[in-house]
Amino acid sequence: MSDTRSNPVDKRSSPVEKKIERVGVYVCHCGSNIAGTVDVVDVAKWAGEKLKHQGVVVAREYKFMCSSLGQELIQKDIKELGLTRVVVAACSPHLHEKTFRTAAKNAGLNPYLVELASIREQVSWVHSDKTVATAKAKAVVAGAVSRVIENRPLDEIKVPINPNTLVVGGGIAGIQSALEIANAGFHVYLVEREPSIGGHMAQFDKTFPTLDCSACILTPRMVEAGTHPNITLLTWSDVVNVSGYVGNFHVTIKKKARFVNEELCTGCGICQEKCPKKVIDEVYEAGLGYRKAVYTPFAQAVPNFPVMDKENCTYFIKGTCKACEKFCPTGAIDFKQEDQLINVDVGNIVLATGYDLFDARRVSNYGYGRLPNVFTSLEFERLSNAAGPTSGNIVLRDGKTTPKNVGIIHCVGSRDKNFNNYCSVICCMQGLKFAHLVHERTGATVYNFYIDMRTAYKAYDEFYQRVLEEGTLFVRGKVAEVTNAARRESEKGKLIIQVEDTLAGKQRRIPVDMVILSSGLQPRYDAKEVGKMFGISCSTDGWFTEKHPKLDPVATMTEGIYIVGCAQGPKDIPSSVAQGAAASARVLDKILQKEVTLEPIKASVDHEKCSGCKVCNGMCPFNAIAFIEDDKVSDINPALCQGCGTCVAACPAGAISGTGFSDAQIIAQIDGLLLRNLEPA
Amino acid sequence: MKPKFAMYWAASCGGCEIAVLNTHEKILDVDANFEVVFWPVAMDAKYKDVEAMEDGSILLTLFNGGIRNDENEHIARLLRQKSKILVSFGSCACEGCIPGLANLSPVGDIVQTAFNTITTDNPHEIYPQTTYDVPEGELHIPKLFSVLRPLDQVVDVDYYMPGCPPESHQIAAVIDLVIKVVKGEAQLPPKGSTIGAGDSTVCDECPRSRNVKLIKEFKRIQDIAPMDPTLCILEQGIPCNGPATRSGCNARCPQAGTQCIGCYGPAEGVMDYGARLITAFSSVIDATTPEEIEHILDGIPDPTGQVYRFNLAGSLLKASANAFKVKE
Repeated sequence: MSDTRSNPVDKRSSPVEKKIERVGVYVCHCGSNIAGTVDVVDVAKWAGEKLKHQGVVVAREYKFMCSSLGQELIQKDIKELGLTRVVVAACSPHLHEKTFRTAAKNAGLNPYLVELASIREQVSWVHSDKTVATAKAKAVVAGAVSRVIENRPLDEIKVPINPNTLVVGGGIAGIQSALEIANAGFHVYLVEREPSIGGHMAQFDKTFPTLDCSACILTPRMVEAGTHPNITLLTWSDVVNVSGYVGNFHVTIKKKARFVNEELCTGCGICQEKCPKKVIDEVYEAGLGYRKAVYTPFAQAVPNFPVMDKENCTYFIKGTCKACEKFCPTGAIDFKQEDQLINVDVGNIVLATGYDLFDARRVSNYGYGRLPNVFTSLEFERLSNAAGPTSGNIVLRDGKTTPKNVGIIHCVGSRDKNFNNYCSVICCMQGLKFAHLVHERTGATVYNFYIDMRTAYKAYDEFYQRVLEEGTLFVRGKVAEVTNAARRESEKGKLIIQVEDTLAGKQRRIPVDMVILSSGLQPRYDAKEVGKMFGISCSTDGWFTEKHPKLDPVATMTEGIYIVGCAQGPKDIPSSVAQGAAASARVLDKILQKEVTLEPIKASVDHEKCSGCKVCNGMCPFNAIAFIEDDKVSDINPALCQGCGTCVAACPAGAISGTGFSDAQIIAQIDGLLLRNLEPA
Repeated sequence: MKPKFAMYWAASCGGCEIAVLNTHEKILDVDANFEVVFWPVAMDAKYKDVEAMEDGSILLTLFNGGIRNDENEHIARLLRQKSKILVSFGSCACEGCIPGLANLSPVGDIVQTAFNTITTDNPHEIYPQTTYDVPEGELHIPKLFSVLRPLDQVVDVDYYMPGCPPESHQIAAVIDLVIKVVKGEAQLPPKGSTIGAGDSTVCDECPRSRNVKLIKEFKRIQDIAPMDPTLCILEQGIPCNGPATRSGCNARCPQAGTQCIGCYGPAEGVMDYGARLITAFSSVIDATTPEEIEHILDGIPDPTGQVYRFNLAGSLLKASANAFKVKE
């Protein structure tokens, strides 16, 4: 190697005379939210004195900075005092950064010369000692002032929005969302992991509180989604990769091999009829019934094309059979079909990935899996369903005996610190629905065991009254145990429910023939990985986190990604449908704006410093980094860069910097926080 | 009258002096162009002679070694006062180097380790004292500070010359430059510059080929046989500090078939060498689960020693001024 780069002289730093900025500091009371814990008057006075030498020319406090009067205060100062930088000490930037940046912009100041110092979320809300909180607020303000001086004016970037939308999950929430967008005239890719759309709702018999037939109200929506010209339905498919950003997501979908040619298949069902291999259906029939190795999960499945279960198909196991192929009238069976990767570009993504039922085996004292006549809620749904394995006859595990006494246990796995702390929302109403169905179909005596009865929704409590009037017996208390160990003659051959009746104030043993566990809902087993793939986070319970629990319940912190239905938290069908529709409104709003404004936060490579070590090359989630072979340096395509900062951190030579987050800004902020930049005494 | 030259060693190993002598006949140019007034390793001198000199009377002082004790500090301040150009010479003076790693331990532990370990025979438990009375009077030995500081944390420094030690060809180039400046044929670079080194990283000078890196396992060099002589060392799973280290050595170690250990310090503009390096290493590991990440990083058994071997005392996390008493 030549010696050219190792010249003996190299500039370590070039001290450039810094222009003194004119900084305005605005401290918000936020009513008593901040002022209750932080002496805001003192903070403003302190900033005006101690940070004066840094360029602070005005420091004010005001009751509500975000009010139009508060904003006007800043705008007036920008114009009259010629402010070149603004610090607003108020709430988190998530709430009002946009407000103040827009205000500054309207007053002629570049919006990126405004910084928010969070003295609410990070100070007043997390401290109680006023002296300490005031001191910390001063440090946070000092950090913001030091930082804002290093800020550089930036210009917003506008990019067009792809009008197509991806909806992940074909349950009722996803179907609703897809239909709303499709009906508005925009294209939707609806991806479903199972062979058919429909989700959990397709497994239910009746819906509470109206006792509508679940299939009767669901299947028309399924058919509509399946035949809609604006919906591309991709069932038996998984999203395997997502890249890009709002308006411009690139999605890779794996369409698993069905071994049935969808072009040729008419959905006649002869293959299923002829298939000699019976398999226990663990998914749709909750293990209570059989399906064939080639199957559609249920009669009204959409699409109506069967899938072949490779693990159980005799041909795939032994190499012979092919009964389906022989009998198929259109030659649609294709044993050579392979998984297909489909790439689609979309502007927005709706996640409607649903829930998993709490595994009742985990509550071992309730005996599920050990005591045959203990059923889960999903098993009971299939048992009571006219299209289910018993044609709607509610019978014991032996398949013929009608129970005379039935116990329904609420809150299984929910509101229990050993399992899930949260309330699964639907279990009370589900338990009441079961009570009604058992009563109606068998005339059995029904006991419902509950902790609290939660029937807070339109017409829900009326349903509870109805079930009460039907003669269902309610026992308030958490069931300790379900056992078959009889203590008396009357308990022999029965399941005994041991419970403390908290209203009667005594322990009771209630012998029954059948126990139904009203299991709670929990996040999908793979919710964490799915969240990671789509760049959104999960709560500690594992549900996807919404942008704001009250005011933005279907959006997420990642722009362009929405969450609906039970993926966001336990909820009933009406709420899931409402959320599906709500997300569609958000998506349509984005599509109709035609373009999206992106933060001008981008990374760039200083080619002088880059030595081409290629550490950054594999890092970029947006494939924005390319290696220029001629110059032996890495380079970032600004059109693809999303400003995530991964490469900035990764670059060992410090050759990559990110606008808005330069080392100078961050170090200045740290120095400020540590009160190193105060007026010398 | 020839301009005056001084060189001093504070907390260092002496390698920097040898590197200067390693310039071979170039050392004669020093003698021809300078009057050497103070250079303890090469000639006899007394501190009081330096104290008696006029302020600013030494043109060029090469100061190597970090500030570990009060004697180091005294001489650093003295030479700053007497010198026009003070060069922080070598890794110890610039960033603390190996002696700086002792900043991870309290002084008591350091003394204990040095005077009473299994390899040290000290049956009478004799430990050094800062003062000792003898018939001739009271003797003093320098007092250790709680931490070692690079030169510029104690006095104002004009130029930095990195390396452990600085490469002899770089020293020769700097000597040439200063002689030219003395003769009025060249200008000094701006104060605060790094001299005798490049402004890029070791990778820039390294001839090995590089690809996108995905590391499944960090290994030690003896665990790889044979090593690919042309492929990037980091890519072969050996934590090589080259990507974050300042150029100027002609990628000596990687060219010789071993990893860069980072003796030229942080590249231009790098605020914290170790932080840069550990983020770079973390960035190239190819793992999907936290357990896998842990497992791969376990392949770097001493992360501090790996990424801060030379730079600990000079890092962003340098010891607070309150950690020791600064004599004013």
